[in-house]
Amino acid sequence: MRQKLDTLFDALLPVIATLAALAVGAVMLLFLKVNPIVAYAALWDGAFGNSNAFAETLVKATPLLLVGLGICISFRGDVINIGGEGQMIIGAVLATWVGLNFTGLPGWLTITLSMFAGFVGGAIWGGIPGVLKAYFRVNEILSTVMMNAIAVQLMNFLLRGPMIDPAQAELASQIPQTARLEEIFRLPRLAPTRLHLGALIAVILAVLVYILLWRTTLGYRIRAVGQNPHASRYAGIKVQRYMVLALLLSGAFAGLAGATQVFGVNYRMITDGSSSGFTGSAGFNGIVAALFGGLHPLLTIPASILFGALLVGANKMQRVVQVPSALITALNGLVVVFVVSSEIIRKRRQRKREAVAKRENDTPPPPAGVGDTKIQQAEAGS
Amino acid sequence: MTEQSSSKSEVPLIVEMRGIVKRFPGVLANDHVDFKLLHGEIHGLLGENGAGKSTLMNVLAGLYRQEAGTIFVNGEPKVFSSPRDAIQAGIGMVHQHFMLVPSQTVTENILLGLDDPRFFLRLPEYDAKVAALGERFGLKVDPRAKIWQLSVGEQQRVEILKMLYRGVDVLIMDEPTAVLAPQEIEGLFVTLRAMIAQGKSVIFISHKLQEVSAIADRVSVLRRGVCTASGVPSKGVSRQELARLMVGREVVFSIDKKPSNPQGVVLEVNDIYAENDKGLPALRGVSLNVRAGEIVGVAGVAGNGQSEISQVISGMRQCKQGQVLLNGDKVSNRNTLFGIQHGMAYVPEDRTHVGSAPNLSITDNVIMKNYRKPPISHNGLLDMKAATRLANELKTAYDIIVPSVSTPVRLLSGGNLQRVILAREISGLPAFMVAVQPTRGLDVGAIEGVQRLLLAQREAGAAVLLISEELEELLSLSDRIYVIYEGKIMGEVKVEGGETDEGLVDVIGQMMTGTPLDQIQKEGAVAQ
Repeated sequence: MRQKLDTLFDALLPVIATLAALAVGAVMLLFLKVNPIVAYAALWDGAFGNSNAFAETLVKATPLLLVGLGICISFRGDVINIGGEGQMIIGAVLATWVGLNFTGLPGWLTITLSMFAGFVGGAIWGGIPGVLKAYFRVNEILSTVMMNAIAVQLMNFLLRGPMIDPAQAELASQIPQTARLEEIFRLPRLAPTRLHLGALIAVILAVLVYILLWRTTLGYRIRAVGQNPHASRYAGIKVQRYMVLALLLSGAFAGLAGATQVFGVNYRMITDGSSSGFTGSAGFNGIVAALFGGLHPLLTIPASILFGALLVGANKMQRVVQVPSALITALNGLVVVFVVSSEIIRKRRQRKREAVAKRENDTPPPPAGVGDTKIQQAEAGS
Repeated sequence: MTEQSSSKSEVPLIVEMRGIVKRFPGVLANDHVDFKLLHGEIHGLLGENGAGKSTLMNVLAGLYRQEAGTIFVNGEPKVFSSPRDAIQAGIGMVHQHFMLVPSQTVTENILLGLDDPRFFLRLPEYDAKVAALGERFGLKVDPRAKIWQLSVGEQQRVEILKMLYRGVDVLIMDEPTAVLAPQEIEGLFVTLRAMIAQGKSVIFISHKLQEVSAIADRVSVLRRGVCTASGVPSKGVSRQELARLMVGREVVFSIDKKPSNPQGVVLEVNDIYAENDKGLPALRGVSLNVRAGEIVGVAGVAGNGQSEISQVISGMRQCKQGQVLLNGDKVSNRNTLFGIQHGMAYVPEDRTHVGSAPNLSITDNVIMKNYRKPPISHNGLLDMKAATRLANELKTAYDIIVPSVSTPVRLLSGGNLQRVILAREISGLPAFMVAVQPTRGLDVGAIEGVQRLLLAQREAGAAVLLISEELEELLSLSDRIYVIYEGKIMGEVKVEGGETDEGLVDVIGQMMTGTPLDQIQKEGAVAQ
């Protein structure tokens, strides 16, 4: 019974944390002399109010989920991929190039090739830091972040030069964007809304990533390397290869996210000079979604929908109650902070339970360990 | 075992614990335990891992509150709600894991948390105090040294000084020898005796019989939270008797071993040169061989190249020169996978960092070496049902005590974890096995189990290379012993009949300190 309650509490913890973040957000709204109930009603309405709103939420959730799936793989392999933004961009560039140039083929084939190109583009952009980490011991956090910067400038160069929309090239405005994809090369819509096939692909991939991680030898190796590279090497696993593979796959999913943005939402690439202009920061928010989902591919689905809802609903809220857009950003930030903090609470509770379980298992003297934390807490408190 | 009455003796009781009960959810750690400490004695507290020794002492040190029972200090009942209370009552504990700030000096660590230097630190003044205190108890440490510069033994001295500086009369040492080298253990014993001479009392927690009978005046034994012996004079009780009190059944100290019947050479190490992690030469021309159906020991003082030999053999470390042959195939300087696929099993020294992945389940850990082939996987897809079945089979066969095979192995005790590793290695039916310190840190019952498994391998016709620092273990298990010193083999001796022979131990001892066997034999011949 006790155990069930514990499990239930742990499962609800992210929800509780989200509500707590909204409560703090309510205080901020009160300071702005806005009725929080009205504001949050608008938020809910904007995210789930009607089929269009819900479709928008899912459209926003799709890239978060795809990036998040890659994050599940890389973080499970103990490689930290902060390069989702860059990987999305490169994936999108490669996919767009295929979509604009292979116009002689049937639509479904070009779309498939484009998605594959996006996958490959992201894989290359993730694989480079992977190789640097595995074989030259370059910290992947630094290298992936720097690869983001390179990707942005590459995108800016390509969209202003070689890949610019031929129509724009003749105009004085020279807006840095590619030509529009022809209708047959776009991802089909699922309902009379903006919801596109990409969302379905993402959900199917979530199931596949789950199978990959827990039901294949490849996933087993990635997880083993992530848990203990020494033990993995000892067991005959080529550790470096799987480090590269974890980052490469992670990048590939981000690349696919970039491709679906072009083929399902915008139908062209356009840059405002920054990476978020194209990605909507999905490369970063996907990390949060994956962490929110406990690095579990299937739980990342609801996590992505939640963040998608916040993004879409916040727009509506902003319009209805006339709050500055900075508040929306702050609200998103609050949710992240609270959820990450709740994770710490969950871990602490888990450690406590484990200390107990360990004692039950008749094991080496845990009292010393428990004593340690007690003292540390005492010191921290003083 | 009856309680030896001490209340009638003239020596006053300094601490008395009566009927202590401490429960953790699902486990009774201390079940009405009585404990009496005499003034000026070293009291050994024995028990297997998880017997409740540390729990009892954590209650005494004020870290835990007992649920029932009373603590008397000098005859007065006391209630401790924090370690500070216990220290004020004169009771201090040195934990197994030190609690020191590495970047601070010895004096700074000792003053940590005290009110005495109120605002200005005036360190030199306190340096002198600390030095004087150390002098008094024979605890030599430079007060100005930073903690990270000190050896583990010296750090332990700082912990003891910390308690002495706070004026404790009763010092609880929790498994103090677990982290120390043999010479340091001797030093610790000297210190403890010096403290007794100055009127302090010591409680010495350990699961090592030898140490307790060497240092303690009286011994108490705990088993599964119950006191099975209370205050027995250590002179009047045999080691076998203590062992029986600890584990509740007779422990066979000399293992019956059938005469060896070695077959052909399985492993051949030819003139290996290799470097250690720091890039210094660790192995300098090591050659040895192991035949099927025998256990070959490698003896030596820690750090003379034993780890490196096992790593070169298993493929975890590159060698500069020479080669290792397994049934004629070269395995050195190759991927670890090659050895695994050619029948090599490896029980590494470091169970938690190399031998297992702590956060993964028992199932995930036992398939680490055979997940590549059926029945565990088919064309890259894992069959988790088959894996779980295998894990459950091994759990039963190897007596791994755990509720479920989905438990992460970090929650297992040392003995259980070692059984998981051995189960994995042995179930692969290896032709050759290298085991490094397979019984280190395990309690008596677990040691015996592991040793039996190794002997079973030998009887099944496998070649076993046993690298150990426990000479007794090597003598009772091995058929031949190589002795290594500074990366060179000093010589090879045969162990006949498993009986410990004084002359043999003497020869091995000389080789362990750097005298080659041929030189010993030459001198022997001259003497005759």
